[in-house]
Amino acid sequence: MSQVRELETTVEELKHLFSPRAATGETMLLNLGPQHPSTHGVLRLLLELDGEEVVSCIPDVGFLHTGIEKNMEAKTFLKALVMTDRMDYLNNMGNNLTYCLAIEKLCAIEVPERAQVLRVICAELQRIASHLVWLGTSAIDLNASSILIYCFRDRERIMDLFELIGGQRMMTSYIRPGGVWRDVPAEFPEAVESFLDYLPKKLDDYERLLDKNPIYLARTIDIGIVDGDEALAWGMTGPALRGSGVNFDVRRAMPYSGYENFEFDVPLETGCDVYARYRVRMREFRESIKIIRQGLRLLKPGPFITSDRKFAPPPRAELGRSMEAVIHHFKYWTDGFPAPDGEVYVATESPRGELGCLLAGDGGPNPRRVHFRTPSFNTLQVLSWLGKGYLVADLVAIIGSIDIVLGDVDR
Amino acid sequence: MSHLERTVSALQVRFPHGVLAAVEFRGDLTLQIDSASLLAVCQYLRDEPTLAYNVLVDIGAVDYSPQEPRFALFYIVCALVHNTRLRLKVLLPGTEPVAPSITGIWPSANWPEREAFDMMGIGFDGHPDLRRILMPADWEGHPHRKDYPLGYEEVQFTFNKREIDARKKYATS
Repeated sequence: MSQVRELETTVEELKHLFSPRAATGETMLLNLGPQHPSTHGVLRLLLELDGEEVVSCIPDVGFLHTGIEKNMEAKTFLKALVMTDRMDYLNNMGNNLTYCLAIEKLCAIEVPERAQVLRVICAELQRIASHLVWLGTSAIDLNASSILIYCFRDRERIMDLFELIGGQRMMTSYIRPGGVWRDVPAEFPEAVESFLDYLPKKLDDYERLLDKNPIYLARTIDIGIVDGDEALAWGMTGPALRGSGVNFDVRRAMPYSGYENFEFDVPLETGCDVYARYRVRMREFRESIKIIRQGLRLLKPGPFITSDRKFAPPPRAELGRSMEAVIHHFKYWTDGFPAPDGEVYVATESPRGELGCLLAGDGGPNPRRVHFRTPSFNTLQVLSWLGKGYLVADLVAIIGSIDIVLGDVDR
Repeated sequence: MSHLERTVSALQVRFPHGVLAAVEFRGDLTLQIDSASLLAVCQYLRDEPTLAYNVLVDIGAVDYSPQEPRFALFYIVCALVHNTRLRLKVLLPGTEPVAPSITGIWPSANWPEREAFDMMGIGFDGHPDLRRILMPADWEGHPHRKDYPLGYEEVQFTFNKREIDARKKYATS
């Protein structure tokens, strides 16, 4: 009984977001989602429709909220790391990286050269994997159904690479504060190289599948126009912003993890539409391949994690010989390490845009507050006005083009 | 003189009472701003052509309980052409924390402010649509506050709501 009343007040509360025509029944209110394959997860859109035309669109998020930020406060810095994998489930390595960079900045930890290069390789492999999922799913939204299977087949090879280095396909927690979990196996560079040789030809095929498909072109060109200033004002970042001609890439603007040593282009398109965002991501595939190839060349033997025993465990072999190593080992895994009282913000370029981490320490081994600035959360705001005037089918194309991950939105 | 230094001195000249402190930590500059002058500072940062802070990157809320003032809002703003970032910090009291909404200056503040309202219970004056965003509309309490219990909590459904409600510790307000 009480629940019915609550639901009524919710509709009443949202009244100001609809046009007055909704009250008279002239336009129709329709739920798109939360359980709908083309919303890429559990996104609910409250649509006001005039025929098939969208009059207003209210995004409703939070269905995948898991309290990750709150949970992290109750764990030590290291134990909280495993939660970051689960945020944006297509950018696990990138989430690890962002969080670890924040810890390293807060505690002033030096990261060895080899670890930095490994991190870049992992982040770029992850970008390719994420873009492959995006390519497949956004194309199937527009009924280009065969491409999905191909993309997932190729992504599987990246998952195999991650399994090779981290023992896990997705939730690797491979990147750790101070470096990476362990060194890559000897066959890793060769395995990556063979994947990089395999991918470009496939990408050309996928591009031909879509670029020569008149239906795909008709459904993407001049749909979902966001100009550069609007995109910036509404907090868009990443490929969606670069599809509107704004040259902003965190890897360029604020290089981290040694990205300044890599040569790559930031693809820009000026179409401002769904097709432009598609073009940007297709070109980013090639840039990522370029970066990984350079990374493999830069990969020199050396330590893979910091030798500061406060922030990284001692090698297993030392435990039998050194008393200090045993103490460090014990303290590291039980107490964790304390971080100073202060706040830092770091940002990385996730496949979806700027992924930031605001980390506040309180002098103890637990974070006072971890806040993630997630690209999907900020980008999704544009949907409150971007869909207006388009058809419902176009709205689906727009959602696909801004590439949201609901785990990233809701955390 | 870097763009950041220029910004800080311009703000200190223009708002002698609005800029309370400038703190540098790990190479990042944080300006503590009086909440009463936040709107004017943000407007100036965006509209002054020599400063040109055209992007609001993020708003993050931190609970410093039991310290007083208890809450802090961090605004990260960015001048894209100068590639400069500045962090503004606004301290808010534990009882009835309210900050002015900056959605009129940067529309992208809309959802981050709703998130801070939902999770920390911070009000935003002048926000066009201040509703809960991540938690359900009928949720009580603000989960990111330090006095909100974490873990080992029964999940509330309609059939056990009253029973759980009776022994649940809610954050104040």
